[in-house]
Amino acid sequence: MSATGIGAAVRRKEDYRFITGKGQYTDDISRPGQTHIHFLRSPHAHAKITSIDTASAKTMPGVLAVLTGADLAGDKIGNLICGWMIHSKDGTPMKMAPHPAIAHGKACYAGDPVAVVIAETLGQARDAAEKIEVDYEVLPAVVDPAKTQEAGAPQIHEVAPQNTIFQWHLGEAAAVDAAFASAKHVTKLDIVNNRLVPNAMEPRAAIGEYDSGTQNFTLWNTTQNPHVARLVIAAFVGMAPEHKLRVIAPDVGGGFGSKIFIYPEEVVCLWASKKVGRPVKWVCERAEAFLADAHGRDHVTHAELAFGEGGKMTALRAKTIANLGAYMSTFSSSIPTYLYATLLSGQYDLPAIYCEVDAVYTNTVPVDAYRGAGRPEATFVVERLVEVAARELHMDPVELRRKNFVKSFPHQTPVIMNYDVGDYDASMRKAMEIADVNGFAARRREAEKRGKLRGLGYSTYIEACGIAPSQAVGSLGAGVGLWESAEVRVNPTGSVEVLTGSHSHGQGHETTFAQLVSERLGIPIENVSIVHGDTDKVQFGMGTYGSRSGAVGMSAIVKALEKVEAKAKKVASHLMEAAESDIVFKDGQFTVAGTDKSAAWADVALHAYIAHKFTGAQLEPGLKEGAFYDPTNFTFPAGCHICEVEIDPETGSTTIVGWTAVDDFGTIINPMIVEGQVHGGIAQGVGQALMENAVYDKDGQLMSGSFMDYSMPRAENLPPLKIDTTVTPCPGNPLGIKGCGEAGAIAAPAAVINAITDAIRTENLAMPATAPAVWAAVRAAAPALAAE
Amino acid sequence: MYNFTYHRASGLRQATNLLGKLDEAKLLAGGQTLLPTMKQRLAAPANLVDLNKVEGLSGIELQGRALVIGAMTRHAEVASSPVVQQAIPALAHLAGLIGDPAVRHMGTLGGSVANNDPNADYPAACLALAATIITTKRKLIADEFFTGLFETALMPDEIVVKVSFPLPKKAAYEKFRNPASRYALVGVFVAKRPSEIRVAVTGAGTSGVFRVPAFEEALKKRFSPKALDGLGVPADGMSSDIHGGAEYRAHLVGVMAKRAVAAAME
Repeated sequence: MSATGIGAAVRRKEDYRFITGKGQYTDDISRPGQTHIHFLRSPHAHAKITSIDTASAKTMPGVLAVLTGADLAGDKIGNLICGWMIHSKDGTPMKMAPHPAIAHGKACYAGDPVAVVIAETLGQARDAAEKIEVDYEVLPAVVDPAKTQEAGAPQIHEVAPQNTIFQWHLGEAAAVDAAFASAKHVTKLDIVNNRLVPNAMEPRAAIGEYDSGTQNFTLWNTTQNPHVARLVIAAFVGMAPEHKLRVIAPDVGGGFGSKIFIYPEEVVCLWASKKVGRPVKWVCERAEAFLADAHGRDHVTHAELAFGEGGKMTALRAKTIANLGAYMSTFSSSIPTYLYATLLSGQYDLPAIYCEVDAVYTNTVPVDAYRGAGRPEATFVVERLVEVAARELHMDPVELRRKNFVKSFPHQTPVIMNYDVGDYDASMRKAMEIADVNGFAARRREAEKRGKLRGLGYSTYIEACGIAPSQAVGSLGAGVGLWESAEVRVNPTGSVEVLTGSHSHGQGHETTFAQLVSERLGIPIENVSIVHGDTDKVQFGMGTYGSRSGAVGMSAIVKALEKVEAKAKKVASHLMEAAESDIVFKDGQFTVAGTDKSAAWADVALHAYIAHKFTGAQLEPGLKEGAFYDPTNFTFPAGCHICEVEIDPETGSTTIVGWTAVDDFGTIINPMIVEGQVHGGIAQGVGQALMENAVYDKDGQLMSGSFMDYSMPRAENLPPLKIDTTVTPCPGNPLGIKGCGEAGAIAAPAAVINAITDAIRTENLAMPATAPAVWAAVRAAAPALAAE
Repeated sequence: MYNFTYHRASGLRQATNLLGKLDEAKLLAGGQTLLPTMKQRLAAPANLVDLNKVEGLSGIELQGRALVIGAMTRHAEVASSPVVQQAIPALAHLAGLIGDPAVRHMGTLGGSVANNDPNADYPAACLALAATIITTKRKLIADEFFTGLFETALMPDEIVVKVSFPLPKKAAYEKFRNPASRYALVGVFVAKRPSEIRVAVTGAGTSGVFRVPAFEEALKKRFSPKALDGLGVPADGMSSDIHGGAEYRAHLVGVMAKRAVAAAME
């Protein structure tokens, strides 16, 4: 391993500009003549818009335009779409309601844009927005996914009777029923997977600019996938033909899924820029983000796990209601279906699984992918069931897991996935050793002496990353392919630019992708730059989400590098006057086998461009190659997290006193970056388990609509994390990478709740396990413990 | 934020005059509540009178048997002051628990007591320590100063100048934080004074900071956590929100009070 190659803990190249304030985020960009837009949002969760009077707003100082949904419709701007088709059990397609970028006729959630003001300054736009008179006829709202399908519930969209988008299922019901009928033991759980607000550090932002000379649009946007944004805005919204729309995602400060989607604001900025003939900028405010960014999770599930003799799992069934909010966001339908039910086998050899999912509308902010996206929900179901079952069966939760682990690969689950490789027991053994599970009993006794309740919880999770291959996802309803592209451009001096369709918004691609190039070409990492996030520079790409950039994006780079090497060998053969088959390339040197002839990488690169040593008939000049890589399968990162908690029974507050994570991510490019990903993922998972909660009142008002009421995890909520890995390289891609971005968020919630319920000896506890919730659970289960 | 007119007062008299003369005028101290509220357009004072350049409003001084702290003294100064740590360590501890470091370096004692947020920390200290709030017009004891949710006895053109805390024999503050806002979900300040015991509770009550006479009497007989065994406050009168119900808050008042007594005895 070289100091900057694969496996080296190289410091992030991008951090210098970030920590010296030289990052260029969307809000750092100002266009000549730029105007500012303010979105007036519905204060009501469900209301008819009977009239909008913009006359006095238009006369306010600095105002350039006041626009409504009627103007948008008048200009034939298309609706936003959900790009993944799901069919119900009965074969009917999902009920996608129209989603105009500005509500027209009806507002469906508190925060739904109803009008916009474009003005010289943001203050002027806001002042004018207060002069817009909107008459609402307030309608009853429904926010609870468990109640929205009830007879008599408010009907949100005409196309979806009983607010039901689809009733989907996966697996074999008959086989599952048979297994349950003969089960020796059945564990049942009711689970609410709490609704979360993503809260990336950088709020979303957009600048739309229309050039009347060329009729070209440019969008600067906080997006995780600029090409998909361009595709949707061109092909579905109909703003401009694809070749007349450039989307630039400059530095983006975190996404966690929330910046994958195509939102109303960027569409409106583009449209408005043409209307006013000047660039239009929108920067989301923090409180606005609670209403403008797609939320995550929000499942209500009943799940059952059947066992035969000796704790052998025989079947699992689950019925889930997934809240998709007021409109279907870009990938919303795929999250509670193919990214959820397909993972219900967990790490276990489960012969039969059946899952039913009802996706529903409610008068809440749209819900879509959030770090893990379906897989945290699946893991929570499976890992809670297993832990509770172990307690009910009076078995060691480790032994119960070990007995049921998948042990031979490849392994076909009953829910589509074909696990390629893994060693689940190895991760669990290593984690137990690091967590000193053997010493837990003594630690628990010591805690009891101090009046504290101590618990230990496991989460042996699996996730499907890479999100591929395209043919497979296409057969499951995806509207796009999920490959990745790369282009390697070698300059005449030998330095290299890599253009990638992946997008980095915190992942460190400028470092890890350069490490790959440095290792393969034997050139210093400083001589490599990574270009991404601009549809004019990168031809096409699918962006970054689902831990796919390593497994898929880097594989595309490998493919392009192989082509570059092949071409370079041809150049070297002319340069050294040797047969191409005799050229060996190693550590940045081309040599002729069996001779002392050699040429450095930079010499070959130069000769590729000066083209003095070969004719155009022999070889094309230049050294630039592109590749598209479509994987053969998902990748399956897996591992074991162990959480140890201490509960203060008097207050119900939980302190996480120990955390061990042993993950199998396959090949690791940069262990420091991977560790950071695991840290962040665990923090978000702990946030979900202990504090984060998007709470709506019955009228559809978001009660936890700011950081005053929405609790984010802080450093003090986490102990020092013990992170380690096991490695079974992924056989499905050239580097053996599995992906690491979501593992922590997927594994953590179950580990925390398993630990708390171990401590308080009751399973009756929902997320988030806030202090009052734990106190109430303790008191209900063991009144003596909670008493003073 | 709406437009407003900014006035930088150079002295208390000028500040008082501006307050009396201007329409919809508000004082700007640390601004940690007022400015975010204005940015969200939830407050729209036409005039802001800035106290930050007024001389003599900040400082910490031991005057006989009282610790006197200027109204513009920042929470971080109180938290780190050796004088406060020596004289009333519970008060330094309390100041160190307010908000986050940014808030503590801007927020002021005077701003906090004048705002009388029902979840703020300082009102509990003032009430339990029987502090005197010294204003540009008069001296008010804490019991008379705090009059309800976000309400005080301050007149429109009256400015808090300093707060005098009589030194207790023992005192402690125990705070259970709201995990989101870092305000007190329940905070209990217990002070053993030469003549009396005081127990003041913030965060919990629907009418703001309050004392618990039953706890005070029990602790007067025996200053020990055990003295509070079996005693509690009724859930009725406790606030209830997404962070905790009334019953939980009532329970926490008892728990935090015992812990405060135990801490005061250390």
